[in-house]
Amino acid sequence: MTPYRVSVHITPRRGILDPQGKAVEGALHSLGFERVSSVRVGRHIVIDTNAENEEAAVASVTAMCQRLLANPVIEDFEIESAGAT
Amino acid sequence: MKFGIVTFPGSNCDYDTMRAVVDVLGEEGVYLWHKDRDLQGADVVVLPGGFSYGDYLRPGAIARFSPIMSEVIAHARRGAPLVCICNGFQIACEAGLLPGALLRNQTLQFISSPVTMRVENAMTMFTSAYQPGQRITMPVAHGDGRYTADCAILDELEGEGRVVLRYIDTAGEATALANPNGAERNIAGIVNEQGNVFGLMPHPERAMDDLLGSCDGVGIFQSLLSVVPV
Repeated sequence: MTPYRVSVHITPRRGILDPQGKAVEGALHSLGFERVSSVRVGRHIVIDTNAENEEAAVASVTAMCQRLLANPVIEDFEIESAGAT
Repeated sequence: MKFGIVTFPGSNCDYDTMRAVVDVLGEEGVYLWHKDRDLQGADVVVLPGGFSYGDYLRPGAIARFSPIMSEVIAHARRGAPLVCICNGFQIACEAGLLPGALLRNQTLQFISSPVTMRVENAMTMFTSAYQPGQRITMPVAHGDGRYTADCAILDELEGEGRVVLRYIDTAGEATALANPNGAERNIAGIVNEQGNVFGLMPHPERAMDDLLGSCDGVGIFQSLLSVVPV
């Protein structure tokens, strides 16, 4: 078993109103960042886990997302492996 | 009739629900601890309001995996009544007992205020004590009450009479202004396909006495008394 670090990025699904993202977008515009066309505010989770290899670590975190970390009705998730730690 | 009221860490409406069941209705009530795996013979189970597990991750996301929930899910699958109030509604959606999800209020503010609703379906086991279309008032108190589901599910809920409570204004219209949280189609409460799981954002257990502003919540509990236990 090797320790791996895997990050999960969770964002509100496209098409779902994200009032927090809208508020941040408005604030950025008022600061002069007029080129910002969309902001979505989500959640970043960092998981340290032991696994046989990187593929198994990612597969395990994918299962965690499907069961608990993200709600597929309202959220999308992306998984990013930082490799062995 | 015996009501089982689940207490999660962070539940804060369990006591009010017990009072509603025992003191107002004169029925039997029992607290069910979230770590137990026994419904103690409850005919009706209530998932009460509160902030189970501090609303960490998403409201209801962690409570949904509490040991008691496997028994609660079996109770619901059997067709027995399950009332899911506020945080209970969020837990039931997370558990897949009800479709859709409850998102942060559109205003991003926590809302604690009385709301007016229309009983859209008075033929459910939770609303038979009301008249069809009856206008009722109960308090809401939530930060995440914006009911959301995809269009196909919303159409299905509407088509099958499963939208049970809808936020309305004083003129009886389901306007955006009457909608406290931005819920799709002003939805305040729904039932599952079998009609035995009821999720609602307002608090009937806080509307049990005219002294507290409304006794319109009594009908929810009263309706259940005519249900044949399964």
